[in-house]
Amino acid sequence: MAFTHRPDAPELPDFSMLKRLARDQLIYLLEQLPGKKDLFIEADLMSPLDRIANVSILKQHEVDKLYKVENKPVLSSSEQLCFLVRPRIKNMRYIANLVNTDKLAGRTRKYKVIFSPQKFYACEMVLEEEGIYGDVSCDEWAFSLLPLDVDLLSMELPEFFRDYFLEGDQRWINTVAQALHLLSTLYGSFPNCYGIGRCAKMSHELWRKLEEEEDGETKGRRPEIGHVFLLDRDVDFVTALCSQVVYEGLVDDTFRIKCGNVDFGPEVTFSDRSLKVLLNAEDKVFNEIRNEHFSNVFGLLSQKARNLQIQYDRRRGMDIRQMKNFVSQELKGLKQEHRLLSLHIGACESIMKKKTKQDFQELIKTEHALLEGFNIRESTSYIEEHIDRQVSPIESLRLLCLLSITENGLIPKDYRSLKTQYLQSYGPEHLLTFSNLRRAGLLTEQAPGDTLTAVESKVSKLVTDKAAGRITDAFSSLAKRSNFRAISKKLNLIPRVDGEYDLKVPRDMAYVFSGAYVPLSCRIMEQVLERRSWQGLDEVVRLLNCSDFAFTDMTKETGFNESLRICVSWCCTFSELSALRFLGREKGYRFIFLTTAVTNSARLMEAMSEVKA
Amino acid sequence: MDCYTANWNPLGDSAFYRKYELYSMDWDLKEELRDCLVAAAPYGGPIALLRNPWRKEKAASVRPVLEIYSASGMPLASLLWKSGPVVSLGWSAEEELLCVQEDGVVLVYGLHGDFRRSFSMGNEVLQNRVLDARIFHTEFGSGVAILTGAHRFTVSANVGDLKLRRMPEVPGLQSAPSCWTPLCQERAAHILLAVGPELYLLDHTTYSTVTPPGLVSGVSSFLQMAVSFTYRHLALFTDTGHIWMGTASLKEKLCEFNCNIRAPPKQMVWCSRPRSKERAVVVAWERRLMVVGDAPESIQFVLDEDSYLVPELDGVRIFSHSTHEFLHEVPVASEEIFKIASMAPGALLLEAQKEYEKESQKADEYLREIQELGQLTQAVQQCIEAAGHENRPDMQKNLLRAASFGKCFLDRFPPDSFVRMCQDLRVLNAVRDFHIGIPLTYSQYKQLTIQVLLDRLVSRRLYPLAIQICEYLRLPEVQGVSRILAHWACYKVQQKDVSDEDVARAINQKLGDTPGVSYSDIAARAYGCGRTELAIKLLEYEPRSGEQVPLLLKMKRSKLALSKAIESGDTDLVFTVLLHLKNELNRGDFFMTLRNQPMALSLYRQFCKHQELETLKDLYNQDDNHQELGSFHIRASYTVEERIEGRVAALHMAADAFYKAKNEFAAKATEDQMRLLRLQRRLEDELGGQFLDLSLHDTVTTLILGGHNKRAEQLARDFRIPDKRLWWLKLTALAHLDDWEELEKFSKSKKSPIGYLPFVEICMKQHNKYEAKKYASRVGPEQKVKALLLVGDVAQAADVAIEHRNEAELSLVLSHCTGATDGATADKIQRARAQAQKK
Repeated sequence: MAFTHRPDAPELPDFSMLKRLARDQLIYLLEQLPGKKDLFIEADLMSPLDRIANVSILKQHEVDKLYKVENKPVLSSSEQLCFLVRPRIKNMRYIANLVNTDKLAGRTRKYKVIFSPQKFYACEMVLEEEGIYGDVSCDEWAFSLLPLDVDLLSMELPEFFRDYFLEGDQRWINTVAQALHLLSTLYGSFPNCYGIGRCAKMSHELWRKLEEEEDGETKGRRPEIGHVFLLDRDVDFVTALCSQVVYEGLVDDTFRIKCGNVDFGPEVTFSDRSLKVLLNAEDKVFNEIRNEHFSNVFGLLSQKARNLQIQYDRRRGMDIRQMKNFVSQELKGLKQEHRLLSLHIGACESIMKKKTKQDFQELIKTEHALLEGFNIRESTSYIEEHIDRQVSPIESLRLLCLLSITENGLIPKDYRSLKTQYLQSYGPEHLLTFSNLRRAGLLTEQAPGDTLTAVESKVSKLVTDKAAGRITDAFSSLAKRSNFRAISKKLNLIPRVDGEYDLKVPRDMAYVFSGAYVPLSCRIMEQVLERRSWQGLDEVVRLLNCSDFAFTDMTKETGFNESLRICVSWCCTFSELSALRFLGREKGYRFIFLTTAVTNSARLMEAMSEVKA
Repeated sequence: MDCYTANWNPLGDSAFYRKYELYSMDWDLKEELRDCLVAAAPYGGPIALLRNPWRKEKAASVRPVLEIYSASGMPLASLLWKSGPVVSLGWSAEEELLCVQEDGVVLVYGLHGDFRRSFSMGNEVLQNRVLDARIFHTEFGSGVAILTGAHRFTVSANVGDLKLRRMPEVPGLQSAPSCWTPLCQERAAHILLAVGPELYLLDHTTYSTVTPPGLVSGVSSFLQMAVSFTYRHLALFTDTGHIWMGTASLKEKLCEFNCNIRAPPKQMVWCSRPRSKERAVVVAWERRLMVVGDAPESIQFVLDEDSYLVPELDGVRIFSHSTHEFLHEVPVASEEIFKIASMAPGALLLEAQKEYEKESQKADEYLREIQELGQLTQAVQQCIEAAGHENRPDMQKNLLRAASFGKCFLDRFPPDSFVRMCQDLRVLNAVRDFHIGIPLTYSQYKQLTIQVLLDRLVSRRLYPLAIQICEYLRLPEVQGVSRILAHWACYKVQQKDVSDEDVARAINQKLGDTPGVSYSDIAARAYGCGRTELAIKLLEYEPRSGEQVPLLLKMKRSKLALSKAIESGDTDLVFTVLLHLKNELNRGDFFMTLRNQPMALSLYRQFCKHQELETLKDLYNQDDNHQELGSFHIRASYTVEERIEGRVAALHMAADAFYKAKNEFAAKATEDQMRLLRLQRRLEDELGGQFLDLSLHDTVTTLILGGHNKRAEQLARDFRIPDKRLWWLKLTALAHLDDWEELEKFSKSKKSPIGYLPFVEICMKQHNKYEAKKYASRVGPEQKVKALLLVGDVAQAADVAIEHRNEAELSLVLSHCTGATDGATADKIQRARAQAQKK
């Protein structure tokens, strides 16, 4: 399954323009503070910044020293300090501390705060409250879209998940809308738009409003991208919670891919130092195996190794001229490939070692059982054992959530006992974690004896006598009830397997989960894009509790590129990317992915967890 | 045709001057012009008159009337002057009337006599009073120059951005200068003044004495001076009756003319045009008007009435009681065409066209003549240009017709100059109309630009004409029609006699959703007029919530603002309103408001979580949100509180809150945690080591690892740790200690609730195969295969699996068979499989 597209598949737009835009804007902002200056960068922004402008570019624009924003005394002696931060209150306090310390010491310097991707009024408010609003100048670096790969744009806003899905904070939605707007101004408007989820709908509306306000500018451009699909993460938590078994996903689960980079430790590199590797389509070896099921990867890699050997072997029996040619042209490429190959083989070995230690097979088996909905008791005791053995707080939590969502909540007895066990194992502060999970609808309790209709009648009673705010609470808790089993049946998410599922030649998107489960999110997209609307999916939409938030927005424009589709997802996983790339290849589409951040189960669970500082 | 040049007066050899009537004025002037302060704005602007009662040295018993007329004498405004004595009037570039009072206060009025604002020219001016004042125009805007009673000058170069500058003193200046004028050179305002025979130039820092080059001797005083429209030239009238003309820098002399009149002229202004052949000055006495240039003779006109001169870019307007005239140098194109016996191509073309209309073959002759000289293009251009300079539509038509006629014989004549001229003339004729009264010439119009002209129409409230012009010229809506509609709406809201509903409806009907119209701007205007309700109604039409909110806040409709902000989805906007509300309302009301707006509430909560923890608590309290309150205290128990007592107290509050929230589970868990904390404290005291903040599981493990088995068991009982967990825990801990003896004892203490497979697993993890095998034998039949595989006994595992006839187990074993060593076993399994399938 080497990565070849159908010949009629369209070319992807060139997203390097986004990088250039961001770089130019940053340089402009830096030039606004002429002269030598020290730059303080927030840790989260370091990797994205690195992809946009390296140190030498920064130095060219008179950045003297670089510091990380962290709680340490500042040693900078520069007269001008520039801060490059996300609009977070904690950063404002950091800056305020610094400025106030300078003030006490009778020192005057110039301070400039650059917010990325935008500034929030709350931040300015904090600066004002701390009494330094007049001392700093504020600017925005509208850097919202980082092209991580040829088909993947990330906003690199991991906090979005917690902020929105847990805290109900909508401030990033505007940022998403602006990112969409930027895309449509650069690459032509999107004639067809579909979406599901409250957040998807809000961003879509805001984005449309932006388009209207700037009407005329994008008009007349031939749209490059034909369809847009916006999908909320909370429509499908299940997929995100499953263990990933596609190579890229596994690398993410095991080593954590950060902003397209992964740190391979000594156990992978077979040397004494770790190595930072950029994982994208430019890495030819990786590009071939990234979407493969893990069981295939070794085979492909050894095949590759053999091919490489053959290439090397060709130099035998060459005459001088051929040899010269070989050394000057091919050898470098081969060496490079060789290096990458050994890296990925190392990574595979390391993954294997880790997974066997954790009894990976058992874990996968349990997950599949949960997805298919049999042997629930057995799975529950597996989870309990998992907790009792303190295998990993995050893993345990993940399984608990998976159980809850697939089963429409835990039965009360289990809910209590599993929680108690968890608290005993991992510490009492997780009482808050559970409260978070409950609020997000990830881990809930089945209402005893209550059918859904009974709950509904209860809600309607609430409507009459309680304040409006309460109703939304009640509704949202209701809305988060998962009906996974029914949806699964309706959309045929669990493929019927006759005999062995051949993971080498996948038949459907289920291959990303060893043939046991078609990712719900991807299936919805497949269905809607095929039908060009939500028609006929009413039941599914109802079961997803998204009746109010599924929308189609079509224009009558023609002549757009039919097969280029963009998929906007709030925190998607690499498995979903692989599944959709597979779908695209089958149907002759190309997908472009836009996400607030690439995520995985562990990241989701960590976002929900309360940790002692 | 002969009579066409009848009003042309030659000056010297090269230039002609003509004077023609713009309007016959039928304004109802009550006073003579000479008794009034007069100000007329350039570019065909309005005329303001204020009868000057203060000049007549007697106390003003009657309040004077300030009257404003259009250039055609249509009354625009008339108001009773109720402020102090006025020294000077002048129009700003935006056509606002500036009235300089004696005390240095400048009052600004609109075209319709509406008071706009006032500003003072400073204390010094206030103390010394204003002797004289001039309003002048610079590239930045309009300036005011003031001569005070102390003979000092104060200048502001731009009244829009008021910066007062006091000019340096001229030493020994005892009396007021005989004449003076502001000069704009190199982007700065200077003052040129004449005292006796001396001329002084004041800049911001110093004064300097200047002498005009080539001035006749014997001058003992300068009676009048004039600067040209562009500040490039200067004219001086001396007491010897000489008029000196030169550059404003006083470096070069153009010419000098002796008019033999020693009486000081009433007015002296420049009359020239950009790129004109001749530079001339118009001098007016009571009954005489003289055009003077570089020629031995001057042109003389008799003035029948009291007249007033208004310098323009390309000529001079002269208005009097009954008429309004324009005096200018005849433009080159017109001169070429109409000069008697002119053979210029344009003239011939005009002639040709006339003959053509008479159906005479002479037309062909003329045309041929032009064509032979190859000057047809030039001829057409000349006609087009000359048409622009004509005031009378019939002459314009004649010339354009000629141009059009000539165009027919040209192959490639770009049509746009012709078309544009037609359009421009149409616009010009429209605004020159008596009812509109803006007598713009073509050059002035081009200088002014269409945008400014539209603004002027708007400020005259001539909305329909402005819109028609926009539509006629097909201007983009945003700069054109919608901008004018917005202005109209802003005016409309000021009509206090119309009800709010009617105004709002009328505005919406006209404006609809025209692009570029900001309803919020109109609403802001309505609010400015004190019509809050109307403003709110108008805001309803505003599609962008972001624009509604700030105004709503200003109008103190914070709650409405909040819901609009939430609608907009812009969190920053919501936040702005929230903070407004927070300061405006008391805490209780504020929280109440939040309670009904979940989005705002969560936003505020987020903020409080980082910035105002106490407020957060209050919020939960107010809401009776005991669940969150509990969580709040729990968080406090390990982040804020340090001492154990404090932590327990926090947990206590949390437990209470959870009970109130009917969350028994959380309450119990919290109570357990309190117990655990206290116990951990005791353990630390008694046993030393680190116990605080460990989970229950870890606490027990630590105890076992430390060899405190008794305590561990006690703890397990106290906290009702389930058996399964305890077994896992002990197993792991003992294996970790390598205490195999104790482990075995433990394994035999009773039947394992977790089976014996974990024992095998854990032993293998500690790499103790020997111990592992011990337990493998005790593993139940279902898990036997797994256990055997774990200890690496593939052969036996195969046997058991075959015995069980379990396909899954068989393949599991098979997958563990590695090439060489287990070849036999693999075969065995394959055989067994085959057998099983046969059956």
